[in-house]
Amino acid sequence: MSGQQQPKPQHSWGMAIDLDRCTGCQACVAACHAENNLSLSDAESAAKGRAMHWIRVDRYYEGEFPDVRVKYRPVLCQQCDEAPCEPVCPVYATYHNDEGLNVQVYNRCVGTRYCGNNCPYSVRFFNWFDPVWAAPLQLQHNPDVSIREGGVMEKCTFCLQRINRAKDDARTEGRPMKDGDVQTACVQSCPAEAMVFGDLNDPDSRVSQMAKSGRATQLLGELGTKPRVFYLERAK
Amino acid sequence: MTAATTIPYQQVRDDLWRPLAGASKRYTLTLALLCAVALWGLIAWGYQIHKGIGVAGIRRPVFWGFYLVDFVFWIGISHAGTLISAILRLTDANWRKPVTRAAEAITAFALMIGGMFPLIHLGRVWLFYWLFPYPNSRLLWPNFRSPLMWDVTAISTYLTGSLIFLYLPLIPDVAQLAEHATGLRLRLYRVMAMGWSGSDREWHALERAMKLMAGIILAVAVSVHSVVAWDFAMAITPMWHSTIFAPYFVVGAIFSGLAGLIVALNIIRKTMHLERYLTPHHFGNLAKLLLLMSLLWLYFTFAEHLTVWYGNEPKEMNVFNARVRGHFSPEFWVMVFVNFVVPFVLLGIKRLRSITTATIASIGVLIGMWLERYLIIIPPLSLPRLAAAAGRYSPSWVEISITVATFASMGAMYLVFSKLFPIVSVWEFEADEEEEE
Repeated sequence: MSGQQQPKPQHSWGMAIDLDRCTGCQACVAACHAENNLSLSDAESAAKGRAMHWIRVDRYYEGEFPDVRVKYRPVLCQQCDEAPCEPVCPVYATYHNDEGLNVQVYNRCVGTRYCGNNCPYSVRFFNWFDPVWAAPLQLQHNPDVSIREGGVMEKCTFCLQRINRAKDDARTEGRPMKDGDVQTACVQSCPAEAMVFGDLNDPDSRVSQMAKSGRATQLLGELGTKPRVFYLERAK
Repeated sequence: MTAATTIPYQQVRDDLWRPLAGASKRYTLTLALLCAVALWGLIAWGYQIHKGIGVAGIRRPVFWGFYLVDFVFWIGISHAGTLISAILRLTDANWRKPVTRAAEAITAFALMIGGMFPLIHLGRVWLFYWLFPYPNSRLLWPNFRSPLMWDVTAISTYLTGSLIFLYLPLIPDVAQLAEHATGLRLRLYRVMAMGWSGSDREWHALERAMKLMAGIILAVAVSVHSVVAWDFAMAITPMWHSTIFAPYFVVGAIFSGLAGLIVALNIIRKTMHLERYLTPHHFGNLAKLLLLMSLLWLYFTFAEHLTVWYGNEPKEMNVFNARVRGHFSPEFWVMVFVNFVVPFVLLGIKRLRSITTATIASIGVLIGMWLERYLIIIPPLSLPRLAAAAGRYSPSWVEISITVATFASMGAMYLVFSKLFPIVSVWEFEADEEEEE
């Protein structure tokens, strides 16, 4: 509609990860699996590269043995503002919502997997088969998260269900949302408190503060993807 | 001036119609075998739909595998006909007359096969129609920013166009056939002839339509393979994101299409005993064209790799190294050998140039161009920007079965076509003869 002004979105979600704090313990990976009903893979399919981890911990080694330094970097969907995965989808199964999230519409996906090829972070995961859980694991599904069928793409949602619940709670209590109202599963479970989630529109939020830090970088930021995840590089 | 043009018309018609009658044991057996292999491919596809696309070997990060390689390969083969026959028609190259129909038929069938692969590779193929812009209750529209949508548009246009292009010069032939046929064949030919009576007005209309279609199909063919190239070049994946891809793909497509045509013509010549119609003169001309395309292909391949190597950008060099001296180097050097060295030696040296060597070189080029697409698609996906996500792809039996089956179905469709219609245009031979006299 011309002339009609879109109201400025209230929130702009982002994440900061302090790599100095990350111990590579993978608690975030486990938490994400439980929260988001990720299917489990057996050894064979994992070896084939079919394991699903919306967040993974990349390990990079520097130096020669025995003087080796390990760098851990949790990598999840960067919710890029200029997401390369979005324009290539022929059916609009992935698009940007007004709070900055790169959203995947499972029911719309036909499975061309073009988005997966065009993601420089390789954080998109395809359901090669209908998901299965060894009994009784199917009983512990999170009721707030839909199960994805075989043949569709999926990826980190920044725990959209938690964002929505926090919004509902704030509305019910008649108050504006405050920093810390939303915690994604990975952030909540990080024992080293290396990860912070919050609203980048709020200049006082912890994530905004960390994003402004001198150590803050964006992964492959040189591609112009404008990621919403900020990595605080390790101090030298 | 070739020997073929001096054959009397009655003889031409008899010779070209002879393969249409009856079916030899060898024909039936070959057709049955090809159909069996094609059926096996269909079963494999059914199994994949039933179990999930995971029965293929694709994985993260190599989300596209054999199916996309086959897709590009067959769309490339389809350029045999249209482009070659359209160029030769537009330039009034008289020697083209016995080869155009065979080429146009390759186009139509290769496109039908190539067009299947985007469906075969879909995760949820039963929803393929969501890629078409049709009015629907959800008020959803496909995303025309996606190169895959350009594909859908380009390929359906091309298929329509090339079917018309194949059909138009068939009309006078089927009209003649209808005069002599009986039973089912009579009905088929009569419907296809659309009441063709051979009046001057009809001939003029046909000629104009064919000239027009040749021009249109030329543009469409170039655009189709450019769009196929942009499926890759629009992505920011290292060594896909290249401005040279569209013309590079078009050249490669014509190259492989020519090779396919030479192989097909040789088989037609031998099995249908058309030695007098498809002469060394034709093969010599096609071989020269193939040599030209081989050199063009080499030029593009060189330009593409030189700029990457000189630019020395780490992510691109990862792929470059894997291709030229790493994991994928055997395929790479085989490709260079069969796409350049073999045609250059066999067809470049005049003494060696013959029907047999042209066919050998063409078979090599078909293998080489399949490998080229494999090397364009797989290595960049195997080596994504984040090294931790790298992964190796190897095809499963399902992908191999479906790939083999497409070659069989190409053969089967061609066999059936050559039983129903003269594979060498009869009336154009006639016209040719009149011109010469």
